[in-house]
Amino acid sequence: MLAQRVHAAHVYSRPMLDVQNLIKTYSGRSVVDDVSFQVARGECFGLLGPNGAGKTTTLRCCLGLIAPDSGSIRLGDLPVPQAAREARYRVGVVPQYDNLDPDFTVTENLVVYARYFGIPAREARARAPALLEYAGLGDRGDAKIEALSGGMKRRLTLARALVNDPDILFLDEPTTALDPQARHLIWDALRRLAKQGKTLILTTHFMDEAERLCDRLCVMDAGRIIALDTPRRLIDSLIEPVVLEVYGDGVAEWAERVARPLAERVEVSGETAFCYTHAPEALLAAVEQTAGLRVLRRAANLEDVFIKLTGRDIRD
Amino acid sequence: MTDVAIEQQASRSPQGWRALHVVRRNALVWRKLMITSLIGNLAEPLIYLVGLGYGVGALIGEIDGRPYVTFLAAGMICYSTMNSASFEALYSAFARMQVQRTWEGMLHAPLTSDDIVTGEWLWAGTKALFSGTAILLVMYGFGIVRGFAPLAVLPVALLIGLAFAGIALVVTSFAKSYDFFTYYFVLLVTPMSFLSGIYFPLSQLPEAAQTAAWFLPLAHAASLARGLTLGDPMPWPLLSVAVLLAYGLVGLAIAKRRVRQRLSR
Repeated sequence: MLAQRVHAAHVYSRPMLDVQNLIKTYSGRSVVDDVSFQVARGECFGLLGPNGAGKTTTLRCCLGLIAPDSGSIRLGDLPVPQAAREARYRVGVVPQYDNLDPDFTVTENLVVYARYFGIPAREARARAPALLEYAGLGDRGDAKIEALSGGMKRRLTLARALVNDPDILFLDEPTTALDPQARHLIWDALRRLAKQGKTLILTTHFMDEAERLCDRLCVMDAGRIIALDTPRRLIDSLIEPVVLEVYGDGVAEWAERVARPLAERVEVSGETAFCYTHAPEALLAAVEQTAGLRVLRRAANLEDVFIKLTGRDIRD
Repeated sequence: MTDVAIEQQASRSPQGWRALHVVRRNALVWRKLMITSLIGNLAEPLIYLVGLGYGVGALIGEIDGRPYVTFLAAGMICYSTMNSASFEALYSAFARMQVQRTWEGMLHAPLTSDDIVTGEWLWAGTKALFSGTAILLVMYGFGIVRGFAPLAVLPVALLIGLAFAGIALVVTSFAKSYDFFTYYFVLLVTPMSFLSGIYFPLSQLPEAAQTAAWFLPLAHAASLARGLTLGDPMPWPLLSVAVLLAYGLVGLAIAKRRVRQRLSR
């Protein structure tokens, strides 16, 4: 199995998903504005961005659900949207909002969905136990959908997306609204899929999720790609390595007067000053000397990169 | 069958065949609630026939030399098939499109919005056929019809269902919420049922209204249903079939186009 996959990886050296100069406008407003990227077979690729950055629209274009104004997309070597329906035979989708069939049980959801792919019911029923086991729902086959927790529904949606044994999975905010335990279960499941050689494309606005799972990240804002690299290189190349978060009385004034000259970059947001630097010692000493200020020292992470690239403004 | 074989078979399958995936999904749900649904299919016409047919019928006496209940029963086939298909293609289809996102799930599989709309259209027609069959059974039970000849109304019940499913799917494609469907029923369906010879003969209406009625699908449905179950003369049987078919097919075509636009936003 693994040998076959490795072999296949050599045969199909072309990208699993190839997006070139994608443009989509809605009543004159560009939602996706000249986006190009390629995702290699077996890669886990993350689309990151604030609300309204164009992530979901990009995903929907890739699936052939909306036609772009211009640009070209090849999914599994088929042109999209022209042959999108055919391309979707090899694709699994975990949508942003659950669309499980509330009229069916857990197992029936898998079997009915498999029929849409032309998989006979007998074969789908034979596949179901392994898929449910994988999703941690092994003993829930006969449960009704309404009896499942949010995390279970998500895992069932993931199991359903695997019913056709896809080469590539699209996941739109797969862990939004889940509690930490449920998120970790989904991450584990996604890691195992990546190990099996599946190509994963996910959107998220959880930086820890992106950092943990993705081989490469594409940061989008206002429909454009503003950075595209591995999580490590994004952090190393775009941001100072140490962050001091200083908070307390009069922090804004202190930041202007004391921190500015000592740190490479200072941002004040509400009651907190974020000081980005390579050498934090002088700044730490300065905080010590000021009564009423507290400090948190930490390594820079992807969230800092994200905030630097997309700003601190709220996007609704 | 291997994955590749399944894939090849499935990707060759024409659109009509793929629409059957949608029909099958809806039929599976229906099967779970089958008993309730069948009781509803039988109870509603029974209540109407007993309540209106015998109650009001006692006041009216005979229509065209027959008891009123006999006249009404044939009309009920049309009314009930129309309602059945309309409810399915309005409320249920809207739930699957908007509320439960069932259609979204289908679109993520290798189905297109045309497949989905066609499947919903066929399914709503099938539901109408179930209702029509239930009423015909009641008519046999009451001794209103006899023999095999009235069975010929069943394909017409399917046709009536497809006609109203076509119209209803267009309405659904514009709907933002369930409330929208109230307008459709109050402004179109209910007035039409009084214009089309369901409760009383068309000849009771003024000349102009009679002429107008023949542009509506329900008048043709009633004409066919009375002709096939009671042996009444049908003025234009082929035209009636053509009108129902046209409403169904034109409705389907518009609904496909509208839903395609709506879902690809």
